[in-house]
Amino acid sequence: MSQILARRSFLSAGLATAASASGIGAAVYFADRYGLIPPDHAGIVGVGETLTYAAQRLLTSGHSLAREFKRSDISKVATVNGPHPTDETYLALLADRFKNWRLSVEGLVARPASFSLEELQRLPAESHITLHACEQGWSYIAEWTGVRLATVLDLVGTRPESRYVVFEPFPNPNQGRTVVRSLFESIDMADALHPQTLLAYGMNGEALPADYGAPLRARVARQLGWKNTKYLSRIVITDRRDYYRKKNGTWYGGI
Amino acid sequence: MISEARVEAAVETTSAPRHIALVRVTHWINVLSVIGLLVSGTGILVSHPRLYWGETGSLETPSLIDLPVPFIIGPSVWMRPYHFFFAWILVLTGMTYVAGSFITQHFRKDLLPAKADFSWNRIAGVVSEALMWKGPDADAASTYNVVQRLTYLAIVFGLFPAILWTGLAMSFGMTAVFPILATALGGHQSARTLHFVCVVLLLLFVFVHILMVYLAGFWRSVRAMITGYVPQGGKIR
Repeated sequence: MSQILARRSFLSAGLATAASASGIGAAVYFADRYGLIPPDHAGIVGVGETLTYAAQRLLTSGHSLAREFKRSDISKVATVNGPHPTDETYLALLADRFKNWRLSVEGLVARPASFSLEELQRLPAESHITLHACEQGWSYIAEWTGVRLATVLDLVGTRPESRYVVFEPFPNPNQGRTVVRSLFESIDMADALHPQTLLAYGMNGEALPADYGAPLRARVARQLGWKNTKYLSRIVITDRRDYYRKKNGTWYGGI
Repeated sequence: MISEARVEAAVETTSAPRHIALVRVTHWINVLSVIGLLVSGTGILVSHPRLYWGETGSLETPSLIDLPVPFIIGPSVWMRPYHFFFAWILVLTGMTYVAGSFITQHFRKDLLPAKADFSWNRIAGVVSEALMWKGPDADAASTYNVVQRLTYLAIVFGLFPAILWTGLAMSFGMTAVFPILATALGGHQSARTLHFVCVVLLLLFVFVHILMVYLAGFWRSVRAMITGYVPQGGKIR
């Protein structure tokens, strides 16, 4: 009697394990297929990262817009986090108002191209008054002017297998330990094609000041400050989840 | 000759458990995730230990609260993934607890105060006994008094949802879908401040909770929350 019971419970435990294993397997398969697994999915904390990213992507798959504000809401002072590079290359470009600067757009595109600042400014421009919050806790509201990243991606023709857009800033040889904002970042295509995601060259009605990322910075309105790479020099479109990997911290900044 | 331990074991297995398995398991998972959230949350907070009211705030604007701790930049970056890891455990455990408590009628049987108890006299009686540092008698130890019931309900249906809400209100992705998460609280920085205030309230609850557990007999209570059973017939303290 007890043997039968033991066998029965062993069988049902086995079945339950097999069912949940295949359930998890199927969930992972579909999650990957629908782009719900972030680059930093590995390890124990990767479970949390994946749940957060997947939950948000399921909720924000429509074109939900980040909150926009009135002109009177614009902060009087905007915090500078990491002043501009001070190497000769950057200073020479700055002195020349970035006439010789070009943004290279390459990777999984039909027509790799590079754009001068003037060429970008001739493309349809938009302005959004949005919140910029640092993961540390401080924040400000500013008006950003630029061209939609989607417009530029349309010009170069991203290939269907594209999954991430990587922002590469100027190298900053004088970057100290406390100056951390001039870093690589990457976003998924949902945010890359989002109508509020800009390549911004203007701030609060003026040319983007050097300390805020001149000549060009990313503005990803649905993510935290660190995703808004300053001092852009190159944009790479890729399908590789491991093309850019953060050493620590969170990859997805819509949190 | 039957040993005392066997009698006790027999009593334990025949009487109803003080805490059902659902409550015991979710309680301890909850303890671990709250500890994880407190540690990682402190790491995030000290990168900018200043709190504001409204949408924005920075070193260049007036603050609401200046916490007397140094600014330590760094932990916020590597501790944030842990904060979300434990937040998911807390949320999933909380959902299991609430759903399970409706199914097992834990809320109705153990937490909803009886109509007769729902009077100021009863509440004042419980509070004054607690203030005289009196532990519960054997009868009272097998159930929750009216103040405990109301407090636990407030924590489950008030404080934890508030912590979740104020946390979500800081998320740019979430406020893009549900702007009201932030606007109803007065803005992004208000949400951050309220998240902190909620955690202070939670710490206050935890402090009083542990104090009461101590008054009721620390190991007895902890053992009841692990095994489900209170040693029968023994002295309370």
